[in-house]
Amino acid sequence: MSGRGAVGAPLDRVEGHLKVRGAATYANEWPVENPAYLYPLLSTIASGRVTGVDASAATAEPGVLGVLTHLNAPKLAWPNDPEVAALQSGEVAFHGQFVGAVVAESIEIARYAAGLVTLEYEKRPVDVDMRADRDDLLKPQHAAIFGSQPGDLQDGSSADSAVGDFEAGMDSAIHTLDATYSTPIQHHHPLEPHTAIAVWTDDEITLYCSSQGVHLHRTLLANAFGIDASRIRVISPHVGGAFGSKVFPVTWATLAFMGAQLVPGRPVKFALTRQQMFTLVGHRPATIQRIRLGADADGRLVALGHDVVQETARAKQYAEQTVAASRLMYAAPHRRTTTRIATLDLPVPTIMRGPGEATGMFALESAMDEFAVSMGMDPIEFRVLNEPAVHPESGLPFSSRHLVTCLREGSRRFGWEHRAPATPARSENGWLIGTGVASSTYPSPRLPGNTATIRVGADGRHTVRIAAADIGTGTWTTLAQIAAEALDVAVEDVTLQIGDTDHPLASSAGFSSGINCWGTTIHAAAGELRAALNENGGAVPDEGLEVTTDIPDNPYIAQYAMYSFGAQFAEVRVHEDTGEVRVPRLLGVFDVGRVINPKTARSQLLGGMTQGLSMALHEAAAIDPRYGHVVNNDLGGYHFAANADVGSIEVHCLEERDPYVNPMGSKGAGEVCIVGTAAAIANAVCHATGIRVRDLPITLDKLLR
Amino acid sequence: MDQEITLRVDGKEHTLTVDTRTTLLDALRERLGITSAKKGCDHGQCGACTVLLDGRRANSCLVLAVANAGAEVVTAAGLADGDELHPMQRSFISHDAFQCGYCTPGQIVSAVAMLREAEAGWPSVVSEDLDADEVVLDHGEIAERMSGNLCRCAAYANIVPAIAEVARS
Ligand code: FES
Ligand code: FES
Repeated sequence: MSGRGAVGAPLDRVEGHLKVRGAATYANEWPVENPAYLYPLLSTIASGRVTGVDASAATAEPGVLGVLTHLNAPKLAWPNDPEVAALQSGEVAFHGQFVGAVVAESIEIARYAAGLVTLEYEKRPVDVDMRADRDDLLKPQHAAIFGSQPGDLQDGSSADSAVGDFEAGMDSAIHTLDATYSTPIQHHHPLEPHTAIAVWTDDEITLYCSSQGVHLHRTLLANAFGIDASRIRVISPHVGGAFGSKVFPVTWATLAFMGAQLVPGRPVKFALTRQQMFTLVGHRPATIQRIRLGADADGRLVALGHDVVQETARAKQYAEQTVAASRLMYAAPHRRTTTRIATLDLPVPTIMRGPGEATGMFALESAMDEFAVSMGMDPIEFRVLNEPAVHPESGLPFSSRHLVTCLREGSRRFGWEHRAPATPARSENGWLIGTGVASSTYPSPRLPGNTATIRVGADGRHTVRIAAADIGTGTWTTLAQIAAEALDVAVEDVTLQIGDTDHPLASSAGFSSGINCWGTTIHAAAGELRAALNENGGAVPDEGLEVTTDIPDNPYIAQYAMYSFGAQFAEVRVHEDTGEVRVPRLLGVFDVGRVINPKTARSQLLGGMTQGLSMALHEAAAIDPRYGHVVNNDLGGYHFAANADVGSIEVHCLEERDPYVNPMGSKGAGEVCIVGTAAAIANAVCHATGIRVRDLPITLDKLLR
Repeated sequence: MDQEITLRVDGKEHTLTVDTRTTLLDALRERLGITSAKKGCDHGQCGACTVLLDGRRANSCLVLAVANAGAEVVTAAGLADGDELHPMQRSFISHDAFQCGYCTPGQIVSAVAMLREAEAGWPSVVSEDLDADEVVLDHGEIAERMSGNLCRCAAYANIVPAIAEVARS
């Protein structure tokens, strides 16, 4: 059997037959004997400290096994990281922070008893005022990967950048634009809440949990509890969605460990409620973004500026690369970007699908549209005119960049040529109809810390082991396809094993890096295995053959800028009387390199576009300025796109192989698809109505004039 | 307070003792170890816990187990006939109508019940003619009738055609 054609085949998901029955085992579903249940207590103030605890009524409740607060919780070896540590002091840094927990014989008892614990607080004034003119804005420092790596911003880049002389460039421009955009706090809300089953014995500590990276979670927890990582096993083969919320925030797992220490040997089950997920698993931070553009008489950009103010938490600094896409999308000789943070009494923000680019490109791509219209240019032609030959800041060539092809191909498929140039574009039965376009981009980073083991048995079966994650991304299927092709065997002859720290080290699912990191490592291991087989005359020895390989270095990383690109098109209808916005049609054309599995990739791309639609129209946390809590903290109050919110979505991939990113020729696909969607919709809304909404989400109150 | 009840789940009878505060969903998942129905919100807002309760789709997190003693419950696991998947399950796989799969059992149970509702002539909020004998399940009707089942992976663009294909056959 040959593996030729394994990559590129639109295979059904290998675990699909389990998922359609509900038989894929998610974290809270592992069969364990006689579990105890944990229910947490959350702070009801946003700033201050706990001054009194009365747990007597809860402790006296039949079936209660223990009450944990900062007074009796185990002291952690790593007590100061609020994304990992819990209950280490009475300090409260945000509303909805863990301040205690009840462990009991059943869910019902634990939850009831939690309500019997009374806490007294000393309150401090609450500051959740997100404004760009605050006098205490800071330049972020050492925020890369949450302070674990050098670099100001999460992606390791600097907070500010400059090329040429931006102000002089603006002064020399014939046309200028100066506009400010804002985006609210948004929440990931994977449908599977953050759940854990923890079992603590003297020998081994087992954590079944919902994780984007089992090895990262193990390291964080081992550090927190000051124990050897080899004692901990983290198991997470199926993850019910994550979108960034199941990487860095692990206080829920810490609490589960503390509960498990209370009843050694007995499994402790813990699931965050949907309401609790609003404060404990990160959020997409709010931003205020000023874009300034200057162009010559022909519409060629001479200056491009992007200044960002982003909200972060008093408890921990998080600063993302909101400006990143502005550094690479369009040519302009004079350019600058800046990032400042507003430190507020809010929960800790974290990465959320397309962190930085998703919000940054709402601003830049809205501005590009506004500017094109103000100069009387077609928005596509304006972008094509300003396509850079190399990365405008670093000067590196792109490993592959087919943005113009995406725009042209999208234009053809969408029927852009029929677009009315004027606004309002068209009206039909009381609905104003308009169309819009925006570009997309996202990097294809290679992360360290990946190792794969491949074993071939005498029966010809290949077992591939790497502690990767499938968060709905299709990893179970696509990594088997990559292995099959690299080993030149049929996909059916590959057994993949992922989602368990018993398997070799793997980076977390995120940053659109899965295929690039795990796939490259498997590809390298497959090459070594084939070489070893050749040495053995091509035959598998009776005892089988096994190789273990680390991710190889990619020498091209220093020579090329590596990014995915895309063009997104939207048709919207805005009701003339009510301002209601509908999106009957979305089209995305993507340059993501070679596609491993067109079926699962398409799902990922249209899922991202739908989340982009949801970001455009629906999603915003409402924060009470007096108390600092999320007011709309359930799925009724915080609406994200439901079935009836979505019309036709079409996805097309160019299938241009990237020569430098990895041996498969694939670039990242998981995040480029959410980048630009909101701008395409905002641009279409403006085309339909003439109203430019610069503040997400585009709700009907902003369209009623 | 505890109470002994009987539930018939996916064709099998179970006698169990439940706290009177226990939801049907928790009775299934925590007491019986039947985890096909998922807990997404525990609040009636996501549909992940959808089961057929005496033949009709219901959010099992919104009903108490004790109030449904003797009920007949069907989960997505019970729709399959042994190894033979239900046509709706096969259609979800071939259309890739899910990613993470967490909403999927609820979507599938909901879709199966929804087709029966449409067949019985029940109108939805987007139906033009409330008295029509036959409901034409176009995109708008399916999307509306399935909007009680959220999918954060946003597989909607595949869920609708997956259901439409079964509806046609
Ligand atoms: S868990 Fe029942 S509706 Fe969400
Ligand atoms: S498939 Fe993940 S929530 Fe629907």
